[in-house]
Amino acid sequence: MDGDAPRGSTYSAPQRPRPQLVLAAALLGGLMILGAGAFVALELHDSGRGAEGTLLSAAIGGPFKLIDQNGHTVTNTDLEGKWLLVYFGYTHCPDACPTALNNMALALSDLGAEKSEVRPVFITIDPQRDTAPVMKDYVSAFDAPILALTGSDAAIAQAAKEYRVYYAKHPEPGGDYSMDHTSIIYVMDPKGRFTASFSGEDPPDQIAARLKKLLA
Amino acid sequence: MKAIRTVLLVASFVFAAAAASAQTGQLEVHDAWARATPGKSNIGAAYLTIRSPTADRLVAASTPIAQKAELHTMEMSGMVMKMRPIAGIDIPAGQKVTLAPGGMHIMLVGLKEPLKAGQSFPLTLNFAKAGTRTVDVAVERVGAVGPAATTQH
Repeated sequence: MDGDAPRGSTYSAPQRPRPQLVLAAALLGGLMILGAGAFVALELHDSGRGAEGTLLSAAIGGPFKLIDQNGHTVTNTDLEGKWLLVYFGYTHCPDACPTALNNMALALSDLGAEKSEVRPVFITIDPQRDTAPVMKDYVSAFDAPILALTGSDAAIAQAAKEYRVYYAKHPEPGGDYSMDHTSIIYVMDPKGRFTASFSGEDPPDQIAARLKKLLA
Repeated sequence: MKAIRTVLLVASFVFAAAAASAQTGQLEVHDAWARATPGKSNIGAAYLTIRSPTADRLVAASTPIAQKAELHTMEMSGMVMKMRPIAGIDIPAGQKVTLAPGGMHIMLVGLKEPLKAGQSFPLTLNFAKAGTRTVDVAVERVGAVGPAATTQH
């Protein structure tokens, strides 16, 4: 190696790196990676799976035009200005939907005064059975001012597509049917951007705690 | 002689019946509850806990308050909720089987009247071995997560 050094130039022999330095550097590097990981994890945890600006926030939510429980047309832009909790389900759902809607209602009551900033929205994926009067009757049983939305098959399909909600009719013997459907509570910010999500079974106090952070 | 034979015959029947009830009589159904149904919804779900000392199988249910009572599972596949009728629910010997929100339930189809909190209704369960059991199902509020007696702990 020494022979490769250009003649006439000052040359110092390569020093063997000191072991302590290598160790320190490795430790520092490791800590930085861990720190970055923790930061990313905290960041994601704090601002939802699809924080503003990420791919998910762009993918979930979008334009829709539906009919509320009083027969009035409601579009996505009509709902801007408030935080939304959006859940897709159907009234002939004996288990998952009442659980989710009730969790939303309980979370809102936990919020106290801030609950006026959050609007719970229930969108049916079974418009065949869930007409506006059926929806009105259904949501009136929950202890929250739930906006219940229905519409034509096409309008519901459009809304579900915007929210990446899957649903399918599952025929049962005797001509009845149940609906398979995505069971997620979406949190949309006042500008209609996806911000966080909960499963329909997340406890109301967890939902409320998260909403408090988001509203702060 | 004839009288003795009759006594023996009767005694053996009584013995057989007693033996049968000792074997199957201990299947217990408790904490039966249902949620009040929202609005005019004509469907509901009943939940309960079953325990049997010997293996058994719940094969059917019925109630006078609904057209049908179906055994159902509810499964999450990813975030998609799927509800399916099932032919029966196995009750392993000595193990508690609980039907609860988010899992198995007895779906009440064609309720004649909405279920209101505070009411109760009879539900008859048919077991493959233990025969039938009729329980009183307590109706809790719409958003209840368990029977009133056990929600506090």
